Amino acid sequence: MKAYLKFLYRCFKRSFVGGWKYHLWLGFLFTIALVGLNAYCRQYVYGLGTTGMTDQVSWGVYIANFTFLVGVAASAVMLVIPVYIYKREELHHLVIFGELLAVSAIIMCLLFIVVDLGRPDQMHHMMLRFHFPVSILTWDVIALNGYLLLNLHIPGYLIYCAYNKRKPHKNFVVPFVFIAIAWAISIHTVTAFLYSGLGARPFWNSAVIAPRFLASAFAAGPALLIITLQMIRHFTHWKVERQALLTLRSIVTVAMFINMFLLGSEWFTEFYTDSVHVASAKYLYLGLDGKSALVPWIRTSFILNMVALIVLVLPISRRLRVLNVACSMLFIGIWIEKGMGLIIPGFIPTPLGEIVEYTPTLNETLVSLGIWATGFLIYTILVRITVPVLSGRLTVDADSFDGGRLDFAKEEDLTAINYQ
Amino acid sequence: MNPENKQHSDQDKQTSSPQGGCAGGSCGGGGSGSAPTRRSFLRTSAVAAGGLAAAMAALKPLMELESEDLPTVEKFLQKHYKEMDAEEMQKALTRISGEVEKRFDQRPDIRDIKPMDGVEFVYALNLTRCIGCRKCVHACVAENNQSRSPEIQYIRVLEMPRGTTNIEKGNHHYDRPKVPDNDHFYMPVQCHQCAQPPCVKVCPVEATWQEADGITVIDYDWCIGCRYCEAACPYWARRFNFTKPKLPKKDLNPNMAYLSNRPRPKGVVEKCTFCLHLTREGKMPACLEVCPTGARKFGNVLDPNSEVSQILKTNRVFVLKEEVGTLPRFFYYFDERYPGSDEAMADKISQTS
Repeated sequence: MKAYLKFLYRCFKRSFVGGWKYHLWLGFLFTIALVGLNAYCRQYVYGLGTTGMTDQVSWGVYIANFTFLVGVAASAVMLVIPVYIYKREELHHLVIFGELLAVSAIIMCLLFIVVDLGRPDQMHHMMLRFHFPVSILTWDVIALNGYLLLNLHIPGYLIYCAYNKRKPHKNFVVPFVFIAIAWAISIHTVTAFLYSGLGARPFWNSAVIAPRFLASAFAAGPALLIITLQMIRHFTHWKVERQALLTLRSIVTVAMFINMFLLGSEWFTEFYTDSVHVASAKYLYLGLDGKSALVPWIRTSFILNMVALIVLVLPISRRLRVLNVACSMLFIGIWIEKGMGLIIPGFIPTPLGEIVEYTPTLNETLVSLGIWATGFLIYTILVRITVPVLSGRLTVDADSFDGGRLDFAKEEDLTAINYQ
Repeated sequence: MNPENKQHSDQDKQTSSPQGGCAGGSCGGGGSGSAPTRRSFLRTSAVAAGGLAAAMAALKPLMELESEDLPTVEKFLQKHYKEMDAEEMQKALTRISGEVEKRFDQRPDIRDIKPMDGVEFVYALNLTRCIGCRKCVHACVAENNQSRSPEIQYIRVLEMPRGTTNIEKGNHHYDRPKVPDNDHFYMPVQCHQCAQPPCVKVCPVEATWQEADGITVIDYDWCIGCRYCEAACPYWARRFNFTKPKLPKKDLNPNMAYLSNRPRPKGVVEKCTFCLHLTREGKMPACLEVCPTGARKFGNVLDPNSEVSQILKTNRVFVLKEEVGTLPRFFYYFDERYPGSDEAMADKISQTS
């Protein structure tokens, strides 16, 4: 226990060590997180009236970001499945970064839920009268927190073993890995069921929501991973093979094809049937009764997604620069589509046919940015700790500083300095 | 593993640190025993103090919290409505009563009114008669202590054009000098008190439930404000307090119940309760009392002789959005009766009298 606390303390200490770029980055994220905190405090005092939400559109960017980030978290399995099921070794030493990304994404999800609550001070009622299994929201609470624990356990255990220079025991890892695979699918399925189970909202009340959630998540998540892994490679000299990135590229491409196919199925059903239920889809894609705030957004998203998909299919995207551009476009495209594009039109028109549009206010935008910054901050620090531990630079009997004049812990250089 | 690794003890660390790059001073973050102690200590302290000051500044808006917004121990420990015994309920009522008196300078008559045995309330609204005057809307607001700013209303009256009952064609914001308009009919919508309420199903904390007399209620002290019920309601019957509800002192209705019209805090959901503080004591809901045309009928459907039971049997009745399957207890009807109904009714009346 004492040894473990010491490990945590040393990790904590290590998380502050780095070059000026590292500190600038941390300072930048910390500042935005604080701006977000400040905006949240204002919201806490005044109420959710500081947001653009109304009784007509009663969920906004908070729930939109939550939904999107559940997908990002779930997509960690897209690294795990190839390694543990298909034995794709090139991804093996990268799995841990996917799991850490899942941890950060889940924390962001939980924060987005908390800031969306009208009475966060009564949140403990969840524990006192948990409406399980009737309310799907309670399923989501279990799914998300369980997934968080699983993803804290697996990398946490591996990192602690590396720190102690022990070989990880298979039984403490492999069963959890397989549980985590099923669990990852479940978190996004359950989140989709939150919406698709509502008969009051025809736009969501569709069986294709859950599969589409998964498909878009398995495109957006690995797209983000492709970019973050290259950041890790650039700033830490942790080895990320090109082949690993290209494997991820094919995962993104296939998932995106499935996503587009499901989108097409949705369009056909909505627009060919052309019943009253098409109203929300019409509002989203074409505008309804002269109201069309979401139309430019969803069209941008569609163009980004299509261009990204075409680039991904072409061999040109084997060049990493091109791949990065395609992945960024796809990430933004799906963020729009799955966030604003899914949540907001569900409320427009209202069940009584009223059309009230929604625009996020500055305050709720700041809160959202604050949460994103917090997530990035957590991920940065987790990576900052993980890299030296896994490369044997921060272990039970070695704690060589690698920061100071170097950017973000360039392990190889430091090895040269300290161990020669 | 590099064999030399093992030789790195804490002492080694000190010797290696100037070399490894503690030059930036930033590595002193944890207050380690590195060589340039003083400078790095000062720098670390400065950074930590700066961060802390920034955090405090970020928290500054919390200073504006009013004392009544702060959670009290009593409120924190208050149990769920269904778990409170008589004594605990009394305590809660005393607390609420005190809070209301402090805020409105008026002692409310607040009770916890239970459903009556053998009663299931239903509402019937006569579309032939409704003239769209919205008197019900305002009587409801006055009776139920709704927020006047921002305005919260439980009843929405739709002005429907000829030739459709599709509510998406309805006008929510009609503003005429004189109603009714001859080219429209009027359709008020409020909570339908469904027998299979989706709003109750989705609530993660059981803050809302259906009572034995069919009324779906909310424990405002239990609601966490997630608004999932608002998303789930097919009749758009629920309202959320996006900010602290404002109600002028003089407008307070002191006759209140725990589960209905007591003043609500910010951040919780509220809805029509069929005025249970009136109807459970044998009176009629406020929206019915005020209706100038008698378009609104309310009563116990388990009593075969009640007016609503008769209407359901004899008149042409429908429910809104039957296809969502929530089994509303709110019926719309027309004056037209099924053939033979009038005679049957007359027979019945002569039998009972």
